[in-house]
Amino acid sequence: MSTFKYVLQKEFQQIRRNPTIVRMMLAVPIIQLIVLPFAADYEIKQLNLAVVDQDHSSYSRELIGQMTASGYFQLANYSSNFNEAMGAVERNEADLILEIPAHFERDLVREDGATLALHANAINQVKGGLSQLYAGQIIRRFNNQIRSEWVQWPRYSPVEMVKIEPQLWFNPHINYHLFMVPGILAVLITMVGSFLASMNIVQEKEAGTIEQINVTPIKKYQFLLGKMIPFWVMGMFSLTLGLVIAYVVYGIVSVGPLWVIYAFSAFYLAAILGIGLLISTFADNQQQATFVSFFFVMIFILMSGLYTPVESMPDWAKVIAYANPVTYMIQVVRGVMIKGAGFMDILPFVGIIGAFGIFFNALAVWRYRKTV
Amino acid sequence: METPVIQVRELTKKFGHFTAVDHISFDVHQGEIFGFLGANGAGKTTAMRMICGLLTPTSGKVDVLGLNIATQTDAVKRQIGYMSQKFSLYDGLTVRENVTFYGGIYGMGKDQLKLKIAELAEKLGLEDKIDHQVSSLPLGWKQKLAFLVAIQHDPKVVFLDEPTGGVDPITRRQFWELIYEAAERGITVFVTTHYMDEAEYCDRVCIMVDGSVAALDRPENLRHKMGKETMHEVFYQLARAAQRQE
Repeated sequence: MSTFKYVLQKEFQQIRRNPTIVRMMLAVPIIQLIVLPFAADYEIKQLNLAVVDQDHSSYSRELIGQMTASGYFQLANYSSNFNEAMGAVERNEADLILEIPAHFERDLVREDGATLALHANAINQVKGGLSQLYAGQIIRRFNNQIRSEWVQWPRYSPVEMVKIEPQLWFNPHINYHLFMVPGILAVLITMVGSFLASMNIVQEKEAGTIEQINVTPIKKYQFLLGKMIPFWVMGMFSLTLGLVIAYVVYGIVSVGPLWVIYAFSAFYLAAILGIGLLISTFADNQQQATFVSFFFVMIFILMSGLYTPVESMPDWAKVIAYANPVTYMIQVVRGVMIKGAGFMDILPFVGIIGAFGIFFNALAVWRYRKTV
Repeated sequence: METPVIQVRELTKKFGHFTAVDHISFDVHQGEIFGFLGANGAGKTTAMRMICGLLTPTSGKVDVLGLNIATQTDAVKRQIGYMSQKFSLYDGLTVRENVTFYGGIYGMGKDQLKLKIAELAEKLGLEDKIDHQVSSLPLGWKQKLAFLVAIQHDPKVVFLDEPTGGVDPITRRQFWELIYEAAERGITVFVTTHYMDEAEYCDRVCIMVDGSVAALDRPENLRHKMGKETMHEVFYQLARAAQRQE
């Protein structure tokens, strides 16, 4: 036991002296949580709209006014010539063309119907699709509005007998940050855990100090545990920093009890550190360790349901997602912070992550050899 | 006759088809300075790594202090010291932290460590550098420090793998004074080197050529037998027979 105390003391001393580790521990949470949710946003604003107005009527102006007033569009080009508008798209100045044909107002009034055309630039399909969708909504609203202006109200309203009133539970304003920030918190401690831990043993291999360790009577588990505990503490620290940022920057307060997140993270970090240690027993130098952990972390994050729901993945991908510890971490953090899940709700996940942890750590201890 | 401190029998290591160490046998006795000589690639580091339990032999047997290195590894490890070719202290830690760590894992207590640190600082003249990071020390001091750390837990045997590589002649001289001091305290020293002047300082030398023992005796006896003036000439004649290229 006293041996272990010295091992631990030395690991903490080394980390304290390593400015890169300390910087990474502070910079990663701050950058990931402040930059990513703002940049990686599904909602698209400020789409550039090119209008081909061949009508020049009060209705066409009204429609354009509603489009730009929505906040989704800004008028980038206004002409009465389609080629001019297309040129703007080609020059990347416009994302969507709204074509208002001549006699738009006349047809609308006299013929009881008029046609508009929307041309979206679909090089970025998400952007193209969303711009169509937003424009469609605005035009529909415009349509309803003018219809109700003309209608002589009968006893029963001819418009929209059945109206859908959407109720969005847990995230009523579809606040994107509320969805993304807890997910990024999970990614964050994954990265801190796996990268730092895998680098650490490899550093000893590179420096040659591991050979000195191997001739001493240190037990394998003592050595690996000594490597793990400091990074476990650091992971918990990063999590705390992340929760503080979530509150200060985004005003996100966990609905469920925070201790549940900490309790789960305690198990989760142990599992992730096990993966890091396992990688370091294979790698001979820091480049190898970095590349291998980068490869796994990349796959883990993309297959974890951070951006796309696991339920909509193909079956083979679901298998990977459920064999991926990050998936559970994201579900737990989101469940607790947004939905207010309690410890009993996440208990099955604790079991799964516990099993991951035992598996990876046992493999790491088994793989680590004091003799070659 | 008392049991030898190290007993090597038919020790062999193969890497694929390449036999790095080929059925070597020898004994090392209590308190002697045993020189293990050979050109680069002769197999001396491989042999030494097997003797101190860092490498699993392909065949053969090693007893250290009467204990089998393969089965009683931990018991052996508590009683040996080792200094590798690569610098084995933590560059980022201070002298005090390094000494504390290595002493601590051998079970030395706080008071004992305090005493050791003071003694070590005085011996090396490092009193004012004790709280400096090891990386700031010159190479010669680092090597001497690494040696003193390797023997601070009073091992019965210490293994030194080319401990004086890359240091100047004056430092080498000082280093050997430290080795003699350790031997006087009763520590058996097993040292590999390719400096032939250092071979003269050893009680007995074992010259490895192509993975086998080419000669083993006291330096003066070897010179006598082969009719040479210096160990350098002795070594040159033996090594010329080598088939292996580096």
